[in-house]
Amino acid sequence: MSISQYNGSAMIAMTGKGCVGIAADRRLGIRNMTKACDFKKVFQVNDKILVGFSGLATDLQTLEQRLRMRCNMYKLREEREISIEAFGNLVASMQYEKRFGYYFVEPVIAGLKADNSPYLMSSDIIGAQCFKDDFVVAGDTAETLFGMCESVYRPDLGPEELFEVLSQCLLSGVDRDCLAGWGATVYIMTPEGVRETHLKGRMD
Amino acid sequence: MSTASIAQALNEQRGGFDFELAKRNAALEGAGMKVPRATKTGTTIVGMVYKDGVVLGADTRSTQGPTVADKNCQKIHYIADNIWCCGAGTAADTEFTTALISSKVELHRMATGKQPRLVTALTMLKRLLFRYQGHVGAALILGGVDCNGPALYQVYPHGSTDYLPYVTMGSGSVNAMAIFESEYKDGLTQEEAMKLVHKAVLSGIFNDLGSGSNVDLCVITREGHTLHRGYDQPNPRRFRYPGGFTYTNGTTPTLSSSFTPSRTPAAVVGGAGMEVDA
Repeated sequence: MSISQYNGSAMIAMTGKGCVGIAADRRLGIRNMTKACDFKKVFQVNDKILVGFSGLATDLQTLEQRLRMRCNMYKLREEREISIEAFGNLVASMQYEKRFGYYFVEPVIAGLKADNSPYLMSSDIIGAQCFKDDFVVAGDTAETLFGMCESVYRPDLGPEELFEVLSQCLLSGVDRDCLAGWGATVYIMTPEGVRETHLKGRMD
Repeated sequence: MSTASIAQALNEQRGGFDFELAKRNAALEGAGMKVPRATKTGTTIVGMVYKDGVVLGADTRSTQGPTVADKNCQKIHYIADNIWCCGAGTAADTEFTTALISSKVELHRMATGKQPRLVTALTMLKRLLFRYQGHVGAALILGGVDCNGPALYQVYPHGSTDYLPYVTMGSGSVNAMAIFESEYKDGLTQEEAMKLVHKAVLSGIFNDLGSGSNVDLCVITREGHTLHRGYDQPNPRRFRYPGGFTYTNGTTPTLSSSFTPSRTPAAVVGGAGMEVDA
């Protein structure tokens, strides 16, 4: 078994017109045993940054806590919020620092730049950044998610349409993944704020 | 400053890799856990010297195992205005080594006040790669123009280097080299050089599974550089549902929803009222 399949996860991030979103499943498992259906994988760093982690749950939580510390230190030192570009590079650098003993985590970062245009980045386990203007996926069955996104994604979606597309891509994707699912949450970020919606999906 | 605080200050800026999790990861691997693989750049990267400069070329596919991770990534990296570098191998390694050397070259340029030379960048790269004995998996093509004229170098992950008129690297290197070996001539013009590099990269894109999508070119002359991102796009998406697939709002059943407004209110554009939800 691969370590990325130990806890199970599925995650998609997409850009819209003046908005971005991340959809993630809620399962925490230990191999085939489901331990929780309310596991948090997506975090809001500030008004402009959402970050999700898929992979090994212990590393997910460690990396999130260390990142939160670094962002708080940045805020204290600089007296301003970290920009999403800087945050993306911070995540990748922290991962690459551990190039030869890495976190088993694939981060997905979505948010808005200073001019409120969308920013989307994903990274592999050692911090190779991938910047996109449409969608990124992560998780133990990235292939099924890729398939859904490639067919259903359209550019310039509004927040409501983006929510539907993200939800449908994730739900259909995890229906073909034994290790992910059991509830899902979609976060849609606009300049006005972040809407967090829990989806009603299959619980098997 | 006390000894302890000096030690702490040095520790904070010591840099280098952190092996904190190396033992844990090795133990997991030893217990039969499969370790996920990093993103590779599959890759066809090429470079060629011509009469007045250098042309670098690359495909734009990055892969994770058999899956295409990115259809349009950039493999031609900036080192200095007169030096560029194509990277093949582990994506993170090529990205971070070139960024690190680029920053060191820039500091060197500011310290000396002279245009950076290729050998400077080359020596920095090979020393770094040799130190890590091939574990930093970056295979590079370094090209540019300096006070000695145009030059092209090939750098292997273990730190060995070559100085050649035309080079190819990555999984598609054999395909690209076949083109160069049959068609390369000394003293080509810029147009002819670009055409040949383009053809070599296309050979990798169509014959090597690890390479694909578009052709990027970078031309460096004494006058400056031109990066042709998406110089040729021979593999566009050829099908799409007319108008795109739409879900009507409210399709997805939900359980609950909550809204967290921004602490910094959005700027009001054109005097229109701000939409306030929740």
